[in-house]
Amino acid sequence: MSKLFSSENKEIFLNPLNANNPIAVQVLGICSALAVTSQLEPAIVMGLSVTAITAFSNVIISLLRKTIPNRIRIIVQLVVVAALVTIVSQVLKAFAYDVSVQLSVYVGLIITNCILMGRLEAFAMQNGPWESFLDGVGNGLGYALILVIVGFVRELLGFGTLLGFQVVPQCLYDWGYQNNGMMTMPAMSLIIVGCVIWVHRSFNKEEQK
Amino acid sequence: MEHLISLFVRSIFVDNMIFAFFLGMCSYLAVSKNVKTALGLGVAVTFVLLVTVPVDYALQTYVLGPNALVEGVDLTFLAFILFIAVIAGIVQLVEMVVERFSPSLYAALGIFLPLIAVNCAIMGASLFMQQRVQMDPETSTQAIAGFGDAIAYALGSGIGWLLAIVGLAAIREKMAYTDVPKPLQGLGITFITVGLMAMAFMCFSGLNI
Repeated sequence: MSKLFSSENKEIFLNPLNANNPIAVQVLGICSALAVTSQLEPAIVMGLSVTAITAFSNVIISLLRKTIPNRIRIIVQLVVVAALVTIVSQVLKAFAYDVSVQLSVYVGLIITNCILMGRLEAFAMQNGPWESFLDGVGNGLGYALILVIVGFVRELLGFGTLLGFQVVPQCLYDWGYQNNGMMTMPAMSLIIVGCVIWVHRSFNKEEQK
Repeated sequence: MEHLISLFVRSIFVDNMIFAFFLGMCSYLAVSKNVKTALGLGVAVTFVLLVTVPVDYALQTYVLGPNALVEGVDLTFLAFILFIAVIAGIVQLVEMVVERFSPSLYAALGIFLPLIAVNCAIMGASLFMQQRVQMDPETSTQAIAGFGDAIAYALGSGIGWLLAIVGLAAIREKMAYTDVPKPLQGLGITFITVGLMAMAFMCFSGLNI
């Protein structure tokens, strides 16, 4: 048991949350991060879906890593990921239909999310299933973290709500406060991610070039 | 014919892959450091789109759609696996062709050529095509109702992506001489630049053809 939670494994899990964040540092999986974050709820669902898929595809590839011929590994990885994404997409359609309509094609696009391929190539092909699982969960959560930050800012400033509940009090509107419609536009998500990276890099000096 | 042209123009400017849907962001940000490489990748993406979208359209109409292959059977849930397999196969082919006929472009694109397989723009175009097949061509300019439409849509999306990456590469070449705050350098400022470009492209959204 102590081996399962050794300090190395803790490192594998915690590193992608901040110092090696998939979006802010490795620049992977940007497409969906930008497109689904106009509100908080789809951002959370997307973050959790990616976490689940990264974790399980990492485990499956890590179990298969000695039997996959090197030349066709990309195809094998894609098929495993595509099968997992199909399952998640069907589950979302069954239990959270509204969110799945809101996410539209971006659920399918998890297949081509670079985080998945990046982690499979860089980590799961060389490491055991348990480490790969932790690495997958860590990277998925690091991705979800940025999505939640961006979704939080955009929904708060763009709609005055959080998860659909009104949080900006009515008296502010009476004094002349207005929702910033610009925040609901796709262009703003790029600028917010740019600012997140700015803040992240001013705290992590070694990332600066 | 009118529908064809309006679909083509719309997919370049209004439904631009990068600025409206953020598809293909990873390679977009990574390969846009100089104009020549950017142009090469843009052409490669356009070409792959031009081949995959019509093939996926044929699959969607004759195999996957409701009642297409077997009466009363809807195989749409298999779309993810089938589409990604087609894309991976065609990218492999393009890679071999480029290596044979233009070794310098092959060297310049490096790892990003095989990565076109996991470029969200390619998969995204196929998934959007799948959504648009169900639209009514009489009422919607976005509908795809035949092979001609599928080709026009693929070409338009590819050219839109090409324009976006060449534009960003040109800006980044000039930006090398500017004095950007240290933590914002590199990735941060690139995001904000793309955000501003996306805002500029938003003015096309009222375009009515």
